[in-house]
Amino acid sequence: MNDIIEIQGITKRYSKLTALSQVTLSVPQGSVFGLIGPDGAGKTTLYQILTTLLNPDEGTATVAGLDVVKDFRRLRTVIGYMPEKFSLYPDLTVSENLQFFASLFGVGVNENFDLIAPIFGQLEKFPGRMAGALSGGMKQKLALSCALIHRPSVLLLDEPTTGVDAVSRSEFWDMLAQLKEKGITILVSTSYMDEAERCDRIALINKGKILDVDTPQELIKGLDKNLYNASASDMYPLLEALRRLPGVDDCYTFGATLHVATRDGFNPAEAILDLRRQGLADARIYPAKGNIEDLFIKLAKNDG
Amino acid sequence: MMDNMETVISVNGLTKQFGSFTAVDHITLQVGRGEIFGFLGANGAGKTTAMRMLCGLSYPTAGGGTVAGFDIVSQAEEIKRHIGYMSQRFSLYENLTVWENLNLFATIYGMASKDIKSKAEEVFKTLGMENMRNTLVKEIPLGWKQKLAFTAATLHSPDIVFLDEPTGGVDPATRRKFWEMIYRASSQGMTIFVTTHYLDEAEYCSRISIMVDGRIKALDSPARLKEQYCAATMDEVFRIVAKDAKRSD
Repeated sequence: MNDIIEIQGITKRYSKLTALSQVTLSVPQGSVFGLIGPDGAGKTTLYQILTTLLNPDEGTATVAGLDVVKDFRRLRTVIGYMPEKFSLYPDLTVSENLQFFASLFGVGVNENFDLIAPIFGQLEKFPGRMAGALSGGMKQKLALSCALIHRPSVLLLDEPTTGVDAVSRSEFWDMLAQLKEKGITILVSTSYMDEAERCDRIALINKGKILDVDTPQELIKGLDKNLYNASASDMYPLLEALRRLPGVDDCYTFGATLHVATRDGFNPAEAILDLRRQGLADARIYPAKGNIEDLFIKLAKNDG
Repeated sequence: MMDNMETVISVNGLTKQFGSFTAVDHITLQVGRGEIFGFLGANGAGKTTAMRMLCGLSYPTAGGGTVAGFDIVSQAEEIKRHIGYMSQRFSLYENLTVWENLNLFATIYGMASKDIKSKAEEVFKTLGMENMRNTLVKEIPLGWKQKLAFTAATLHSPDIVFLDEPTGGVDPATRRKFWEMIYRASSQGMTIFVTTHYLDEAEYCSRISIMVDGRIKALDSPARLKEQYCAATMDEVFRIVAKDAKRSD
């Protein structure tokens, strides 16, 4: 598969702060590629460079073979960009916004309507409503429609699901899967680790550096080793007690249980006895299945 | 809520109508002292409107109740002094220092200035923030900002703190540290009323309500809800309860 986005040694500094440090990444054509990292990791800066809104201090990047610095005008016509903050015109109506973005790219609204029909269809009930008066979910659908109206080869989505409920998030990812079927490459950033598992490949980013890149399945391999679940009726004392136990590297909440990352030689049976001696009578420890969230916590910890 | 628990929030048939639209439709709930109450719902279910009424920022069009012992209709101003409020979207002034933020919020909540000073010193020490007091908030890392935002909302020792999506967009490690802070505050008797879209966080709550289209569709402890809906996780419970929602904020 060809790489449609190629990023080579990109560095970006804002006075004292290094927002991106020697970032190198390739995004295969036709894939859904996830950029996973917390607020402040440098995700938005990377989007701004790929969309030609900022120039890098060092390094090069191309999208569909077009250089982000030299070919910025042409590059802008092959990408669709949905920034994190709602950036449509609140005082234009739903259909005016769509027409406006179509005319910016020199296309008619109907030309590529098939692409946005499943998304825009849900907005057709209120074509005359001001964009600023739409609900969060509807704003998101309109923004996505506007980003797609010129049929871009690459769709760049910066945290599209922050603040969105679990059901709507699933629906949004179903829409992305449909767009992928139509051949559009998607680079999407998120701080929801469960979404990482819906990507073909992901890059974990923290403090301006890429920590790791691979398929989600490959990244979590080997993570289950030495990882346990722990539970008791009194969870907070259990958390504190586990952190003091020998052989425990890290212990953190994980939904209804705690996850305990341990070193070689950790003996769960002994640990249970130890916890019971400390008054946690119903403490249980049993093997856990690690996921991207565990990986991120581990990498973030090692990174200080 | 356990029977012997002191009630700090009690509302009955709370309703808010905007014209022909019923944003909040007869919700009834009680929250006990020290509980961590998770107030869940799909976007547009009416959570924010309900929360605004509980905080004394908006009057119900029907129903009523008390928060921290004060009537939400006739004593809204009293309520504001006895609660804390924090949201992810806006909670601190980036261009003020750590100390200036604490001082500002504590003053707004009505604390006396000498109490603010001594309490802030105490908090700086416990949190290990002594050398940060004169740093601009925009220059401190996210994890610290979260601790500070929670502290700013609770320095005046409110009975209840309302947290509106406090962890939106935050990384897994920082989210967990934040929840440990919630646990500690709750073990010291503070009541926590929290909204979130991270359903693993729902598991950490003492009790949960799930709002759908203005109404409370489910209300119980995470363990009992999972049992009732034959679900392994709160994520599954939420999907079952919220899947037929008609509204989206």
